[in-house]
Amino acid sequence: MSAYSIVVIGTSWGGLAALTKLLGALPADFPIPIAVVQHRSKESERLLPQLLQDVTDLKICEMDDKDELRAGTVHLAPADYHALIDTGLITLTVEDPVRFSRPSIDLLFISAADTYRTGTIGIVLTGANEDGSRGLQHIVKRGGYAIVQDPKNAEIPIMPSAAIRVVPSAEVLSLEGIAARLIELTLEPVQTGRRTPR
Amino acid sequence: MAVQVAEAPKPVGEPERPSFKPDLERIEIELLLEGIFRHYGFDFRAYAYASVRRRLWKRIEEEGLSSVSALQEQVLHDPGMMEKLLLDLSINVTAMFRDPNFYATFREHVVPLLRTYPFIRIWHAGCSTGEEVYSMAMLLREEGLYDRARIYATDINEVVLQRAKAGIFPLERMQEYTDNYIRAGGKRSFSEYYTAKYGGALFDQSLTKNVVFSQHNLVTDRSFSEFNVILCRNVLIYFDKTLQSKVHGLFYDSLAMFGVLVLGSKETLRFMSHEDSYQQIAPPEKIFRKIK
Repeated sequence: MSAYSIVVIGTSWGGLAALTKLLGALPADFPIPIAVVQHRSKESERLLPQLLQDVTDLKICEMDDKDELRAGTVHLAPADYHALIDTGLITLTVEDPVRFSRPSIDLLFISAADTYRTGTIGIVLTGANEDGSRGLQHIVKRGGYAIVQDPKNAEIPIMPSAAIRVVPSAEVLSLEGIAARLIELTLEPVQTGRRTPR
Repeated sequence: MAVQVAEAPKPVGEPERPSFKPDLERIEIELLLEGIFRHYGFDFRAYAYASVRRRLWKRIEEEGLSSVSALQEQVLHDPGMMEKLLLDLSINVTAMFRDPNFYATFREHVVPLLRTYPFIRIWHAGCSTGEEVYSMAMLLREEGLYDRARIYATDINEVVLQRAKAGIFPLERMQEYTDNYIRAGGKRSFSEYYTAKYGGALFDQSLTKNVVFSQHNLVTDRSFSEFNVILCRNVLIYFDKTLQSKVHGLFYDSLAMFGVLVLGSKETLRFMSHEDSYQQIAPPEKIFRKIK
């Protein structure tokens, strides 16, 4: 039984390629839900889920309000809404952008950490702004696990570099390394099958 | 610069399990919401927990406080603080022709239905400062339906209703609204609808000739008429599932047979008891027709 309940991922510029690589390396039976904020324009809305679905065995699902979190599923935040994690489900809001972003990575991360505490794994990938670092800090504060894409290999290093600056204790890995770490962290001593968070 | 961190930030020893039991913060938040309800009568108890929590913490941080309990002390003893919190808790983000594609779809698929009615009653629930009410009024006028329509625009918040009635919106948003209007299939020139006045854009007051603005609380108030169209976009997302279900019951009861229910683009009727009573018109837009 995994000690972790949810993976939250934040990225902006370069995110599609990074997510393709990362999600493509995870198995269809990945045991916990994954929630992703990828900054994007309203117009790109219909395209992204399909592009990702083409490269991964996980189920890609664009979030609707109050969707239930599911294992083996990537819940993708819609353009122009903030996505918050609540116990076992997602709640959307349209309040003002945070640090110029809606959806905001920080809000996703903070809500996940406040809900699942030590059961949260937060990952900051490539991006051209500093969204995500405050959220990652909150995940660590709540005892969760923080991972940042190695800025050396990131398409745009600004976002991961900012996250490392704010959260020096975060683990810094390549995309392959992140995928391997996720599998390792969530497949810890298996006892009685999987658990989905509630 | 290579940043290598040997130690991952995992706490040593037995990790604290994510608990199914309400933790202390949850107790504090539930107590605060209960206190607000009993002392002031505002009922946020069935609002979506994660978003209430976020907005409470925003207020707590802005006030330089450190816990929900500290906020509770201030809110219960100082009506001024309650007023601030009330604004925090009621999200009033809106725009004219918000989600232009919805309006284009409404024109194409709902307007033909409305043409068959001698009189059209529309309920805009949670209308906030009114931008989307004016948008609908423009659309109906351009389609030649306005004169036989009546729009009941309601919100829980009197302050925003006053602003809706005034019909003065920020000039700096007119470019955005003009773009939306065009993409929504607007048939005229958007600038015909307003004049720059009082430091804002004052909208054509004849647009509200058939609009009744009124205070209504979706949580506690009953149905007040029967409607052909109910619009409630991005309002129910602030409620938990139980309250959403209750409000859907209210909408179902308030909608005439073959009436149309409009939700926000990321809202669904899944798992609601009236899910099977509706048929979605023109997906992905969340426009549903009551069929039984």
